[in-house]
Amino acid sequence: MAQESKLFNADRQIDCTGLFCPMPIVRTREAIRRMAVGQVLEMLSDDPSSDPDMRRWALHMGHDLLQVTRSGAVYRFVVRKTR
Amino acid sequence: MAPGAVEPERVYLDYAGFAPVDPRVLAVMRPFLEAGIGNPSARHSLGAEARESLDAARLKVARLCGGAAGGIVFTSGATEANNLAIKGVALRARPGAARVLLSAIEHISVINACRDLEKAGVALTVLPVDAEGRVDPEALRAALTADTVLVSIAAANPEIGTVQPLKEIARVTRAAGVPLHVDGVGAIGRVPLGVEAMGIDLLTMSGNDLYGPPGSGALWVRPGVRIHPQILGGGQEGGYRSGTENLPGTVGFGVAAELMRVEGAHHEATRVATLRDRLMAGVLATVADCRVTGSRVARLPHHLSVVIRGVKADSLLLDLDLAGVAASTGSACASLTQLTSHVLRAIGCTTAEAEGALCFTLGRWTTATDVEAVLQRLPPIVSRLRALAPLHT
Repeated sequence: MAQESKLFNADRQIDCTGLFCPMPIVRTREAIRRMAVGQVLEMLSDDPSSDPDMRRWALHMGHDLLQVTRSGAVYRFVVRKTR
Repeated sequence: MAPGAVEPERVYLDYAGFAPVDPRVLAVMRPFLEAGIGNPSARHSLGAEARESLDAARLKVARLCGGAAGGIVFTSGATEANNLAIKGVALRARPGAARVLLSAIEHISVINACRDLEKAGVALTVLPVDAEGRVDPEALRAALTADTVLVSIAAANPEIGTVQPLKEIARVTRAAGVPLHVDGVGAIGRVPLGVEAMGIDLLTMSGNDLYGPPGSGALWVRPGVRIHPQILGGGQEGGYRSGTENLPGTVGFGVAAELMRVEGAHHEATRVATLRDRLMAGVLATVADCRVTGSRVARLPHHLSVVIRGVKADSLLLDLDLAGVAASTGSACASLTQLTSHVLRAIGCTTAEAEGALCFTLGRWTTATDVEAVLQRLPPIVSRLRALAPLHT
């Protein structure tokens, strides 16, 4: 798991643990909005609905969801801004 | 707007989002804000007056929901009441050996309270709904397990207006000996929802939903159903919800509940349903490629929800607003995340369809003129937006 996370060097990280839908998506959207195209965001969340939500959100927005990993209750999403 | 242009008359059809407070409610609340009758626990005579007013409000709200007054726990609104019901019941059960059943179209406050429980080791079962958003009582019966400690199903869905077959649902939970929590927002006062008549064990209510003040709500808890308090402090509300009571809000909620009981379920529901039916027929007749979501029959009397193909709800709401019409998509959560609402997904709407979801909720001050105004203003807006979006065929 620790080695996997080295695959992508995130330009920015946000911790959404303890928050529930819609906040992980809302904070991700805000963070992505402030980043440049091509940059990578790492988001942590322990809301189980973040997994399907992030997949749908990335698809809907056209951003690349590079990696989804899970360590215990915490999901780690790595997204590259594409536009 | 061009100088000299007349602003179109405002039409407010977002009563589910916020209801204007009834002036009769406001008049009763005023002395409680101005005259020092504030704290029911105070030992002076104003405290005694406050205690009596609180008890009177409790009685009025209990009468509306058809249960014992002792079961009312006043809260800050429906979200808190939903949290108290779900976490309150489930956290009394043994962690690791408890399961909560909820429908796929519950309010986000129910879903997130359940998600939080899931982290604490409580299992969840999400019941699917049919294309109209109804839970099948037989499917519920089949899903009940020995470790189920609570079933939570809203009386009606705020996004699609569908009313659940609660009597049948309660028959199933009763037979299994599992408490039934019902989020009654939108339904109470508009459709039959007596806790005794229906067999409901915990009922969530919102004051503003009944033209009472925002920031007021209640959970009715059947005597004998034990809940774990979520807000700790001085032991107000029977220890189930500490904190000095919001007396102006609660008194206002009481008056609103009384007005709803006397006026709501009878001529008001009929009057509003007639206007809603006119709006429904008019929208379907004048807007092509548009269909009603939710049930046409088992439906809240003040509620109309449609999906309009080939337009995006955000643009539609903006243009309607410019034309003086306040409406909504029915889902605050979906507009925050820009994702399809979980309710529309659960009833099988495609993403494209769900993008054009529009929700009108009528109320005590809606008139036939309001409905005609919407029917005049909506079709040209849809045509204009469709002309801008060439994808619509």
